Amino acid sequence: MKIAFWFLVFPGFLFTAIVGMLLTWVDRKVTARIHWRIGPPWYQPFADFFKLLAKETMIPAGTPKFIFLLAPMLGVIAMTIIAVMLFAMNFMPDKSFVGDLIVLIYLLALPPLGLILGGSASKNPLSAVGASREMTLYFAYELPFLAAILIAVIKTGGQIRIGEMVAFQQLYGPILYSFSGVIAMLISLFAMQAKLGYVPFDIAEAEQEIMAGPLLEYSGVALAMFKLTKAMMFFILPCFLITIFWGGLASRWAIPKLLLLVVLVILLKNTNPRLRIDQALKFFWIGLVPFAIVGIILAFYNL
Amino acid sequence: MKDLRIQGLKKSPWVFHVAAASCNNCDIEILDLITPRFDVERFGIVLVGSPRHADALLVTGVLNRKSLPRVLRVYEQTPKPCLVIGIGSCTCDIHIFKNSYNVVGPYGKHLPVDVFIPGCPPKPEAMILGIVKALSKL
Ligand code: SF4
Repeated sequence: MKIAFWFLVFPGFLFTAIVGMLLTWVDRKVTARIHWRIGPPWYQPFADFFKLLAKETMIPAGTPKFIFLLAPMLGVIAMTIIAVMLFAMNFMPDKSFVGDLIVLIYLLALPPLGLILGGSASKNPLSAVGASREMTLYFAYELPFLAAILIAVIKTGGQIRIGEMVAFQQLYGPILYSFSGVIAMLISLFAMQAKLGYVPFDIAEAEQEIMAGPLLEYSGVALAMFKLTKAMMFFILPCFLITIFWGGLASRWAIPKLLLLVVLVILLKNTNPRLRIDQALKFFWIGLVPFAIVGIILAFYNL
Repeated sequence: MKDLRIQGLKKSPWVFHVAAASCNNCDIEILDLITPRFDVERFGIVLVGSPRHADALLVTGVLNRKSLPRVLRVYEQTPKPCLVIGIGSCTCDIHIFKNSYNVVGPYGKHLPVDVFIPGCPPKPEAMILGIVKALSKL
């Protein structure tokens, strides 16, 4: 009973969905203000969601039905589990288990996997292009992202239990307040931007070139699930970064920190043009990986 | 629940722009709608790139032998319920293309159009009014 409540209401599905949608609204509103527009009212993401639920869900002829409809669910399920795990580990450190960091990293791979599956299953050349770009982008940002997490692991003395990592930070101060911590945070900010699929890394969904990429053939409920995954991710990823690098969620400053990260993402989104896929790969592998290696070396010297 | 869904449709109509051989003037005027001056995102109206995501089709231009099958195909690919909004005098009748060998007649004959917005091209204010009228029909 309690477990069901955790997963379905707080901090699982319902809570994450609502907060994520509100953050999506913040994104749209701030973007509009940057363009000198007025922007949508606060209930806009909810209206979009309910409208999509009411629409017909079309399945293109000749697609594998099961995979086509499974793909959008993957992300939502993964995000729900991550939300429950993150909150449990932050507020009840004894619930944490050895290796939960690794479980979270694997779960974070599910939303891009859903996009790739859906895009390849929808039998549309543009979706296939989008799916292949998403795949390349995933391999591009995952390497520096893992290196950044490795910095946190090294600094906490080899902990892969998130509960212990949070406890360590509460004792000795957040990892962010050191040279290697700043490097790790910067790298994971870029990785977060790419994971969210926002400009400059919205290469997979590039509206002006390949219309909507992997989402092209989706409509109705399935599309709503993809939008929901994105909204939930917009809330969970900053929470994840705060947990790993910035002192955990169980503090008074968690909400200002979350808003700061969200606004950073929005500003990055609104002040940059889209990169090409090869440029993004170069940026992550040639630009950020050496940077991350420097960070790892610094972390070994405990800087 | 049904009421909530209709409200959702009213509050967030995503539009797809079908340029069926227009002279491009109407299309440019549609793009005016998303500029800061008119900002239709206030009403939740967003231009989307795929007919599968659309709730309303904005059709422009006169129907001819080549564009008719394509417009029909786009209409069939749009998930229902969806609105069709004809923008420009070209969509209301044959307009300046009277006596053309290629034109297959007004939209009303081929598609269930919800509102026509006359003008060559119509003003953005007129388009907003037309879209609001189409939505209030729901
Ligand atoms: S109504 Fe006028 S402006 Fe619009 S497409 Fe027709 S001719 Fe061009």
